[in-house]
Amino acid sequence: MKRSLILISAAFLSFYGCEKTLPSAPAEHDLLDGPISGLTPAENAQFLAGDEGFSEVFTIERGLGPVFVASNCASCHPGDGKGTPFVQFTRFGQGDTNGNQFLSQGGPQLQHKAIPGYQPETLPPGAPSANFIAPSVTGLGFLDAVDDSTFLAFEDPNDLDGDGISGRAHFIDLPEYVRVREGSVQRNGRYMGRFGKKAGAHDLLHQTAMAYNQDMGITSIFESIDPYSGLEEDPEVSTQTVNQVVFYLKTLKTPIQRNSNEVEIGKNIFNNIGCGSCHIPNLRTGSSPIAALNFKDFQPYTDLLLHDMGPELDDGYTEGYALSSEWRTPPLWGLGLSKDAQGGRYFLMHDGRAASIEEAILLHGGEGATSRSNYLGLSENNKEDLIKFLESL
Amino acid sequence: MKKSYLVCLSLLASFYAMAQEDSLGGMNMDAVYERPFLYNAYDRISVGGYLETHLEYKGEEGVNEGYSFDARRFTVFMSGQIAPRISFFSELEYEHGTEEIAIEFAAIDLQIHPALNIRGGVIMNPIGAFNQNHDGPKWLFVERPEMAVNLLPATFSNPGFGVFGKWRFGKTVLGYEAYLSNGFDGSIIDNEEGKTFLPAVKENPGRMGGSGNGALFTSGKISLKNPVFGELGFSHLGGVYNRFEGDGLVLDEKRRMDAIALDYSKSFEKTSTLLRAEFTRIFIDIAENYDESYGENQSGFYLDLEQVILNPELRAWPDAKVMVGLRFDYVDWNRDEFPFGQGEIGDELYAGSFALAFRPVSQTVLRLNYRRQLNVDLLNNPPTRGGAWFLGLSTYF
Repeated sequence: MKRSLILISAAFLSFYGCEKTLPSAPAEHDLLDGPISGLTPAENAQFLAGDEGFSEVFTIERGLGPVFVASNCASCHPGDGKGTPFVQFTRFGQGDTNGNQFLSQGGPQLQHKAIPGYQPETLPPGAPSANFIAPSVTGLGFLDAVDDSTFLAFEDPNDLDGDGISGRAHFIDLPEYVRVREGSVQRNGRYMGRFGKKAGAHDLLHQTAMAYNQDMGITSIFESIDPYSGLEEDPEVSTQTVNQVVFYLKTLKTPIQRNSNEVEIGKNIFNNIGCGSCHIPNLRTGSSPIAALNFKDFQPYTDLLLHDMGPELDDGYTEGYALSSEWRTPPLWGLGLSKDAQGGRYFLMHDGRAASIEEAILLHGGEGATSRSNYLGLSENNKEDLIKFLESL
Repeated sequence: MKKSYLVCLSLLASFYAMAQEDSLGGMNMDAVYERPFLYNAYDRISVGGYLETHLEYKGEEGVNEGYSFDARRFTVFMSGQIAPRISFFSELEYEHGTEEIAIEFAAIDLQIHPALNIRGGVIMNPIGAFNQNHDGPKWLFVERPEMAVNLLPATFSNPGFGVFGKWRFGKTVLGYEAYLSNGFDGSIIDNEEGKTFLPAVKENPGRMGGSGNGALFTSGKISLKNPVFGELGFSHLGGVYNRFEGDGLVLDEKRRMDAIALDYSKSFEKTSTLLRAEFTRIFIDIAENYDESYGENQSGFYLDLEQVILNPELRAWPDAKVMVGLRFDYVDWNRDEFPFGQGEIGDELYAGSFALAFRPVSQTVLRLNYRRQLNVDLLNNPPTRGGAWFLGLSTYF
C-alpha cells in the first residue's frame, strides 16, 4: 500500500515540474513570426489583439463575401510568410497608366470564390491580368517607418550613373482615409506607395483596408463599398480591429539572418554582381511613436522602388502609374525561411512561378538583366555561395 | 437508506432489462442506462450524474499558458419509470461551469419487445462508440479522443425519433439503433475554423427547436458483442446539411454529408486490460465556389489501451486500482489534394497520451495525463509541436 501511495504521490507531484517536459521554443532565427523586441507592455497587448484580428476567420454571418478570395488574413500569409499558388489571387483590368478600365466589371481583383448560392467572379474577356501570391508580412513596420527621402535617394529614373538600373518611386493617388506620413514628399498631388507588388499602397492602413475589402469582401469605414454589389455597406469589421491589425503588422519582427559568418563570400558576390543595387541591404528608420521602431538600422534588401524587369515578368497588367513591366523590389529578408510557410518548397517572384532561388534570378530581365548575366558568368562554386547567402536571409 | 438503495437498484435493473434481456449487456448502446448511483427520490424518479474537473498545463512551441483549472463538466442524470415498459431518461450537462449548458439526452423509451423499442425526444445520434459512451469517470484521459471531439461532434444529440433493440444468438448479442432527427447545417463549412468542421454545428442550439432545412437526417448503428471477440459496431450518420430553400425559393443545391464509423472494444479479464478503438470516414459535398482548403473527405481514429498495474487493497477502498493508459489520436480534416499536382493537403493532427490513474472505487478516478501532439497545417509546413499535462478528478455521484 505504501508503495502505491508513494508512486501515485510522486506522479502527481511531477506535475509541478512539467514545464521542461513540454516542447521547447524553436530558435528565434528560425521563426518568421513574433513581435519586435522592446515593445512596451501596452504595445504587447495591442500586438496580441492585432494577432487575433489577423487570425480571425470571417463567416457569412460576420460579413464574408458574397464573393471573396479568402476568409482570413492568415490563410494567404501562413505563419506571416508568403502565400503559395494554392492561395494566389488575380488582379485585372489595367494594362497601362491610364487607370483601370474594368472597375465596373469587378476590377481590380478577381473574387474567385463565393458563398453558397452566389457565383464567383470570372475574368472579363479582354481584361489584362496577373496572378499574385501574398508576400510575407514580417518587418513591415520598419519599412513603413523609413523616411521618403531615404528611398528617393535611390531613384535614378534616367539612369544617369549608367549602371543600367533606373528605379523610381511609385507616386500614387491616396484615398481620403489615408493620412500622409509625416515628412512625405508630394509630387503632383501624389504620394509614394510602398506596399504591394506594384507599390500601390501608401501605408499599412491603406494596404490592410484594401485587403479586407478585396480579399475577404469585408467592408470597413475605410473601404465601404462591397465588391459584389458595388454599393456602400455598413462596416463588417470594426475600425478598432483594423487599427489593431495594422499595429500588429507594424510590430512584427524582422527576419533574423542565420549562419551569417559562413556566408561572407556569397554576400560579397551578391554586391559584386549588382544584386545589391536594387536589393539595398541596409536601411534606417526615421522617427516613430513606437520606440522599438525609432531610428533603427535593419536589413531588408529592398529599395521599395519600381524597376522595369523586362518582358520576362511583364504580364501585361499594372496598377496606378506603374508600367506593366515594372515591379517593386521585394525585400529578400526571410527568403530562406519562406519555404517553411510554403509547404517545404519555394514559390518565388510575384506569382510563385520560380521554384528555386536560381530560377528566380534567371527570371530577372530589364534592369536586372546585367545582374543575371553576371550570375550566369559565375563559377558553380560561386553560384552556390551566393545561393547559400540568400538562403541565410 | 437501505430501502432507497434497493429501490434504486431495482429501477436500474428494470432499465437494464428493457435494453437487454440477458447478462451479455454492457454494449455501448446501453451506456445511457448503465450509470451507477441513480438515487431514487420519489419512487418513480431517480437522479445521479458525474463531475469532471482538472488542472492543466499546456504549451505549444515553447509558449506555455501556465496552470489553469477547468470545471469541465457537471452532468445531471434524471430518469423515471413512467409505467411498465415506458421509461424516461435525461442528461443535462454544464460545461466549463455555466459557459455551455446543453440537454445531451432526454428521451422516452417505449418497449414493444426487447428487439423493438421506440425512442423519441432528444436522442444521441449513434455515430461511433464514444458518442454513446462518453461519461468522464469511465476514462483514464481528461481529454476526449480528438476524433470524437474535433472531427465528429462528440455527444451530438438532436430531437428525433427512432427504434432500437437487441437479439441474442447463443453468447452473442446483436444490437441495432435507427433514428430520424434534425441534423447538421451550413456551419460545418462556414465556421470560424476556416475548414470543414462538423463540431461547429454544436454552436447552433437552434437545431433543438427545428430543422434548419426541412430535411431528415438518418443515423443508425449495428453492434455485435461476444465475450470472446468483444464488441464491434458499425454506424452511419447522414443527410442534407445545407439550407437549399427559403420561403419556397431555391437558395442552393442540396448538399449531403455522410459519416461512417467503425468501433471496437474488448476487455481482457485475465490481464485486466481494456482496448478501445474507433475509426471514422466523413464525406461532404461542398459548393464548388469554395476551394480545396475545405475538405470533402475526412478521416480519423483513436486507439486506447488501459491496464491495471496494481491492486493496492486499501482498507477504505478494497477494490482500488492503479492503472496506466495509452492513447494514440489521428485526425485528417482534409484528405483531398491540391489542384495542379501540388500534392496532398495537410491539415492533420497526431497525438500520443499517457495516463496514470488511481481508481479508489470503480465510479471515481484520479488521473494524471501527459500528452504530446503535432499539428500539420494545410500546406504541410513544419508541424506545430504541442504538449500538455492534466491532473483530473472525475466521479459519478
